Amino acid sequence: MTAPAGDTGRRPRPSHPDAEPTFAGTPPFPEAARTALADAQLRTNLGRATSTIRDKRTRVVAERADWEALRMAGAAIKDEVMRDLPALLEQLETAVTAAGGTVHWARDATEANAIVARITHDAGATEVVKVKSMATQEIELNEALRLEGIDVWETDLAEMIVQLGHDLPSHILVPAIHRNRTEIRDIFIDEMGRVGRPAPAGLTDDPPELAEAARLHLREKFLRARVAVSGVNFAVAETGTVVVVESEGNGRMCLTLPEVLITVMGIEKLVPTWRDLEVFLQLLPRSATAERMNPYTSMWTGVTPGDGPQAFHLVLLDNGRTDVLSDATGRQALRCIRCSACLNVCPVYERTGGQAYGSVYPGPIGAILTPQLRGIARHPVDKQTASLPFASSLCGACFDVCPVRIDIPEILVHLRAQVVRQSEASHRLPTGEGLGMGAMAWTLRSPRRLGLAERLAGLGGRVVGRRGRIRRLPGPGPIAGWFRARDLKTPARESFRAWWRRTDGGRGGPR
Amino acid sequence: MRVALFITCYNDLLFPEVGRAMVILIRRLGHDVDFPAAQTCCGQMHFNSGYQDACVPLVESFVEAFAGYDVVVTPSGSCASMVRHHHPLVAELAGAAPDLADRVGEVSPRVLELSEFLVDTLGVTDVGARFPHTVAFHPTCHATRLLGVGDRPTRLLGAVAGLTLVDLPRSASCCGFGGTFAVKNADTSVAMGLDKVDDVLGSGAEVLTAGDTSCLMHIGGLLSRRRSPVRVMHLAEILASTGSVS
Repeated sequence: MTAPAGDTGRRPRPSHPDAEPTFAGTPPFPEAARTALADAQLRTNLGRATSTIRDKRTRVVAERADWEALRMAGAAIKDEVMRDLPALLEQLETAVTAAGGTVHWARDATEANAIVARITHDAGATEVVKVKSMATQEIELNEALRLEGIDVWETDLAEMIVQLGHDLPSHILVPAIHRNRTEIRDIFIDEMGRVGRPAPAGLTDDPPELAEAARLHLREKFLRARVAVSGVNFAVAETGTVVVVESEGNGRMCLTLPEVLITVMGIEKLVPTWRDLEVFLQLLPRSATAERMNPYTSMWTGVTPGDGPQAFHLVLLDNGRTDVLSDATGRQALRCIRCSACLNVCPVYERTGGQAYGSVYPGPIGAILTPQLRGIARHPVDKQTASLPFASSLCGACFDVCPVRIDIPEILVHLRAQVVRQSEASHRLPTGEGLGMGAMAWTLRSPRRLGLAERLAGLGGRVVGRRGRIRRLPGPGPIAGWFRARDLKTPARESFRAWWRRTDGGRGGPR
Repeated sequence: MRVALFITCYNDLLFPEVGRAMVILIRRLGHDVDFPAAQTCCGQMHFNSGYQDACVPLVESFVEAFAGYDVVVTPSGSCASMVRHHHPLVAELAGAAPDLADRVGEVSPRVLELSEFLVDTLGVTDVGARFPHTVAFHPTCHATRLLGVGDRPTRLLGAVAGLTLVDLPRSASCCGFGGTFAVKNADTSVAMGLDKVDDVLGSGAEVLTAGDTSCLMHIGGLLSRRRSPVRVMHLAEILASTGSVS
């Protein structure tokens, strides 16, 4: 990156040797999926991990007789938040400010990143420790801070594995789900020493040993860091309280040890009242990690003199969320509490993994959230983004498990219609698919035309079919993909419609 | 009770034997069944592929074809769910006639998938069928999740003389058909389907059955390419059967 002409200010001097990888350049989903499907190790790692968490979730959810009522309550509270968002955000700002915190408003990633960098510089710090956070992944904060000469240390175990491995996350909750423990050991041995305390000599892939290596490596960073960056799981408008739930305790370290705490929060993370937390603190752990209760729940309200960080900054991030809010169908996606249950049950995600979705939000929720955050309702989107709503068989398993009842299949179909409209508007001539769909719709509008088409298909089937099946069609054609691994039954010589007419519904005439 | 058969477009063209089995079965249970010739397609492919405007005339002709019947029975859980869940949405689209929503409200709740019709409307689980074979049942996604047919199909199969029903592991997992998903994301669709094929072959079933021929066409296409002797048959064909596999 070059500084603009005439800029005499401080030039960014990245101290990290390597740029953080990003999802830029991911091909459209079908192509990215093909690459992922060919990776046998990935398929094994994912299949094992997702089936384990799926089974556990089913068991702990079944313990709650009121699970459906909790889901309804979760959806209703979030819908209330969407309805009253401006007023609730201002209420939150007032409460946080009254408790000694500072609230910042960021329209997009660039504004949010600049705010975090400025606060870090003002604190005289050259490094930050991070609590696991999707919002900061979404705005690519780590790379923005690196370019500002600030070192960023991910402290969540899985995020640390991804960062050390110069890798990309593949799951919302378990970003290194695509790695097995042998791969993790190798990453620790190769990379820890480059950025801090090296892995202990003779490290094996025994999980307790790996955890201890991570603990030792991170401890010096926790004790040294003066600034921490976090996201939020929930923020209570009524009290100004911010909530982070986690499993490892690294978050608690970041939230209590440093002098300055910067929290980046998507504006949809609100709940109106303290009491509302009871619903979400039951829904989230059971859906996410299949735990009755998560091990660490940290809550803070502004600043407490003499206890914990003495400066607290809350950055409220829009970054496309108000666009999502303006779409009456699509806005359900803003209910999401990032539990990942939809990823774990998704038969597509289970086979392709998360990186194929080309976004920090993979799986079914990513397929509806990413295109909306990238502005699909406002302007044409790139081919990769446009491919995401089609990355689903519409089986509906995601809707079944969603703790806030986001009707993901409904939104996928809604977004597909937006993609088709954009495609039609951007081409002067109809696309091949548009022509085919139009011709089929024209045929299907008339039983007479349909009958004729069936007779033609029956004749065609006799030409290309052998022993009742078609192994391939001549030429490329839109359904060539069908025949790569599948046969197709030959169209019947006599359709049901023709049989009914000829035999009077089997009552008369020749059989 | 006036019963109409909604054959669905792909069964009409590719699987007319499923329609004939429906007719035989329903008549054997003492009810006549009509085939309104004006019927064509529920519009699901267009709806799910993003061409929702094209569905409006299809929904209009659907309600016209099936108006006045007490029950419309169909050999497809997926098409039944399109009619019951999505026709009301199509009727709200711009370009739809103002009274279409009312007509859809009349017709679409009467559209039943075969197992719903047999168990709920006719109140039978033993339909007098005989099918001396080992059978695995694949619960299709839309019948399970959108219609909630539950154990109706397996109760019907359980009452078939001579039939041995075997369990499919991970049976609730999608087979990967997904309509145009099968060609737009062919590699992922095939990967999902091959896992299903492995489960079917591991179950020891001679026959795989389901309430949707679309999923069976996908799984059957994979089996056929592998030259597997396992056959796919629609639930209606088994329930209509009174002997052995022809």
